[in-house]
Amino acid sequence: MIKTQKISKTFRIGKKGQTELQAVQNLTLEVDKGEVFGFLGPNGAGKTTTVRMLTALIRPSTGQAQIAGYELGKQDTEIRRNVGILTESPGMYERLSAEKNLTIFANLYDVPDVAQAVNKYLSMLGLWERRYDAVGSFSKGMRQKLAVARALIHEPQILFLDEPTTGLDPEAAKTVRNFIEELKTQGRTIFMTTHNLDEAERLCDRVGIFRQQLLTLDTPANLRKQLFGRKVVFHLREVNPIWVEEVSKLDGISHVEIVENKLVVSMQDPEQSNPIIIQYLVGVGAQILFVGELRHSLEQIYLEMVKTSQGGSL
Amino acid sequence: MRHIRTIIDKEWAEVFKNRMVIMTMALLPLLFTAIPLLMLAFTGNGSQSVDLPAQSSGLPAGFLAACEDMNANECMQVYLLNQSMLMFMMMPLMIPTTIAAYSIVGEKTTRSLEPLLATPITTLELLAGKSLAAFIPGVLITYGAYAVFLIGTHFLKISAAVRAYLLSPVWFLGILLLGPLLAVIGTMFAIFISSRVSDPRVAEQLSGLVILPLMLVLGIVLAGLLVINLWFMLISILVCALVAYALLHLGTIVFDRENILTKWK
Repeated sequence: MIKTQKISKTFRIGKKGQTELQAVQNLTLEVDKGEVFGFLGPNGAGKTTTVRMLTALIRPSTGQAQIAGYELGKQDTEIRRNVGILTESPGMYERLSAEKNLTIFANLYDVPDVAQAVNKYLSMLGLWERRYDAVGSFSKGMRQKLAVARALIHEPQILFLDEPTTGLDPEAAKTVRNFIEELKTQGRTIFMTTHNLDEAERLCDRVGIFRQQLLTLDTPANLRKQLFGRKVVFHLREVNPIWVEEVSKLDGISHVEIVENKLVVSMQDPEQSNPIIIQYLVGVGAQILFVGELRHSLEQIYLEMVKTSQGGSL
Repeated sequence: MRHIRTIIDKEWAEVFKNRMVIMTMALLPLLFTAIPLLMLAFTGNGSQSVDLPAQSSGLPAGFLAACEDMNANECMQVYLLNQSMLMFMMMPLMIPTTIAAYSIVGEKTTRSLEPLLATPITTLELLAGKSLAAFIPGVLITYGAYAVFLIGTHFLKISAAVRAYLLSPVWFLGILLLGPLLAVIGTMFAIFISSRVSDPRVAEQLSGLVILPLMLVLGIVLAGLLVINLWFMLISILVCALVAYALLHLGTIVFDRENILTKWK
């Protein structure tokens, strides 16, 4: 669905455009049909520039891309016809009603049955009762819902969501997130940029951590594994330091440490190593209270990656 | 055509919800129609200069050539009509400029330009829609105001010579052809400015400058250095048609979506 090959974007800034700013550098990625892809990165990382390039709003300086099977730079109108975009700011026509706003975009996207499409999305997003009200009177959450409806009005193959929940209150953010989850079940291809790492973890099949260039790309689970391995915590009544040395010698164990009354064991495959460790601990008289896997959040992965990309300082 | 119609519809829906814009659009034609009617009424045949020759009217010598076989009063009326007709020609330039000046920069400030440019609309369709949305009301209002003015003159006591001058092809060409061409020029100029600046007020002020050449012509007419005749009108139409065509062509070239989206704060 989305295939990019070393796309870069350089802006000329300054009064006479003599300074170059590299916003995106050699971005190569593929997003499959029906996949929800999370594009994470700090402010100014080039996420919005990337979305603008992939939606044929701005041209890449170098590189090639195919969006929904169309060549970027050569078939831009077709790309625009087949993608939907939720821009960072909803950018609605405030004086016009919700219905009018959607009707305008349905016409611009050449939707065959405008009234039906408009009614469908107004109802789906809970805006039916307010359809004749000026958008200027809407809350932030309602505007965002309307912007989502606008992005979907032409039933695009690919949906680009640029910070879909930024600035929304928790309730509105939840509504938008639930709707994205619903879209996911419909098999839509979604490319979303976000700061909300929990959101990315919950919604995305794969995430890419980006800062001018792609730092890493994988499923949240694999990223955890890649970066931190897997850690299992054995909560014990009491810990004997001798056990650390003994457990370290077992197969598949890379590191063992004591944290309070816990034995924290880094290993490749908990399913294989856990029974052996438990058997050993029971054998040496340890009282096991609880065993659980220590999960690194996507936030920790993200911070680690961004820190590395900045040369170790955040 | 569907995209162009949609843009026109959208622009009108937005513009006509703004009472201030409607007031501005209504006030100008009202004034430009009422003032010449009042002038004709107050310089009617009851004036003392009815029997005096045109030469005694005190009007600039260069203008007197247009007053063949007219008395001083009639010549004065024709002189005033000259200015009023120029005002009528300015009307389709002034009304669309107000709308067009806001058209792009307004979308920038409300952040609605990005979703709009993300649709399959082409630059030509977008510019055509925006221009027509500004151009059509301006021209229709001018035609309407001119019709009201002509009807109004029927209720005034004006001589056959003045009426003949009023209904000469020069002014019909001016109002019906030159006016709309000036409107195209004004609209394109305003859209060009609108896409380059980041503040709607700046756009409106700069776009207003398009009226300056016409004000210059008005000044020359007032000084009696220029009498607007058929030749002058035909040449003006030709020149304006060429300028309008060039601006329409140039508009699509200089409208750089990427710059507009990324280089404004």
